[in-house]
Amino acid sequence: MGRSLTGSRCLHCGTVAFPAARGCQRCGLRSVEPVELGSRGTVWGHTVQRFAPKSPPYVVPEGGFVPFAVGYVELPEGVKVEAVLDCADFGELDGAEVTLVATEPVPRFATDEALTRSGVTA
Amino acid sequence: MNAPVSIVGAGLSTFGRQPDKSGRDLALDAIHAALDDAGLTWPDVQVAFGGSDGSGLADTLVADLGLTGIPFTNVKNGCATGGSALMSAVNAIRSGAAEIALAVGFDKHPRGAFDPRPEDWGLPTAYGEAGLMVTTQFFAIKIARYLREHGISERTLALVAEKAYRNGALNPNAWRREPISADDIAAADMVNDPLTRFMFCSPGEGGAAIVLASEAVAARLGRGVRVLGAATRTRRFGSFEVFSPSIQGSGSPSSVSADAAAAAFAAAGVGPDEVDVAQLQDTESGAEIMHLAECGFCKDGEQEAMVAAGDTEIGGRLPVNTDGGCIANGEPIGASGLRQVHEIVTQLRGEAGDRQVAGARTGFTHVYGAPGISACTVLAV
Repeated sequence: MGRSLTGSRCLHCGTVAFPAARGCQRCGLRSVEPVELGSRGTVWGHTVQRFAPKSPPYVVPEGGFVPFAVGYVELPEGVKVEAVLDCADFGELDGAEVTLVATEPVPRFATDEALTRSGVTA
Repeated sequence: MNAPVSIVGAGLSTFGRQPDKSGRDLALDAIHAALDDAGLTWPDVQVAFGGSDGSGLADTLVADLGLTGIPFTNVKNGCATGGSALMSAVNAIRSGAAEIALAVGFDKHPRGAFDPRPEDWGLPTAYGEAGLMVTTQFFAIKIARYLREHGISERTLALVAEKAYRNGALNPNAWRREPISADDIAAADMVNDPLTRFMFCSPGEGGAAIVLASEAVAARLGRGVRVLGAATRTRRFGSFEVFSPSIQGSGSPSSVSADAAAAAFAAAGVGPDEVDVAQLQDTESGAEIMHLAECGFCKDGEQEAMVAAGDTEIGGRLPVNTDGGCIANGEPIGASGLRQVHEIVTQLRGEAGDRQVAGARTGFTHVYGAPGISACTVLAV
């Protein structure tokens, strides 16, 4: 698919940041380079947004608000990225393997079950 | 360097909705209560520190307090505003710059959830449009993972909130004074799994003020509560905070609360096992559970048994949030840290009435807030 998130890596200690940072949180130095992050990871933690967030700033999707999952996806580069999580069932998210499906407006990952379902219904 | 410092006065405004009062009015109520408590008047105060998150500048209060010409420094440090003000007051006395110092915190937030702007947090506006600028999501993600990692049941979340409302019912100044059963708390609307509506504190209204003094002044006034240790910290590498677009580093996130608590205990020369009563940040009931471990009062996972045994109840081994905490008092951001100190001072003096912890001699306070700050104190009589 070629889709990826762009972060940064510290040239001194190797710490990876997302979004790309201007300095390193671990060593405090400013020498960082851009890095493309892997598109597959593991759900580290998550919850479900049960109520529509306040608008603005929240933009209610066409068809109205439906509860959605949000959490952190641990990527192989050693950073956990906050993301909206697509799933077939909220119960399948704990520790699930997920795939990056969108980088805008915020990172979005999907479980294999959600990918299968969208493939079927597409 | 470490000259003894004592709290000689503590005061609160009323907490909860007060349509007829401004945030500044609540600050003045708290300051007057603290000065009366100390047996002092405003001209006795030699230096002051304070602030609010959204209700104006503390140094403007001199217009109503009296123009005595003292240094009055504004503090704006999120949930640690009160703690930072207190720390500055302690240091002013330790340095010899003053013998009597005041710390004040206050806020009057509108109804409903806080309304943060992504750009103020260094995030693209898209985070708000996508529905990720919601503070409660952070707390839910953190406690959901913690419960799974350490085998703690969701029932314990309801029991912690039930205790908060029960203690609030014993506190004449609390906002929420109606007990709510654990069953009703668990069955309430889910906000962010596993946290229901009744497990969260609400943005609220209130002011809190603390008067501190040198050893000589405290001896003259009497009723002093000694500040054995106080510390404020910001987050270290690898921490997990509200509105983090990512968590960097591997392994378990670092804890600023653990850092601040350890520093306060080290300065005090006492350990968590010597504490008789504690106030821990309870933005939601899961926060109280995690902060018990982060502040050193138990190991991860022991909270389930502690809560079931009633250890954290008034009358238990380690009573926690005896005034009902943020859950029963609401969260006026600037005031909460000093409300906690007020409660411990009240407990250590034996003046807590129906919620008094028998024989309390040593107490602890802990605030935690965005974007990864904590302030802790160890107090004793």
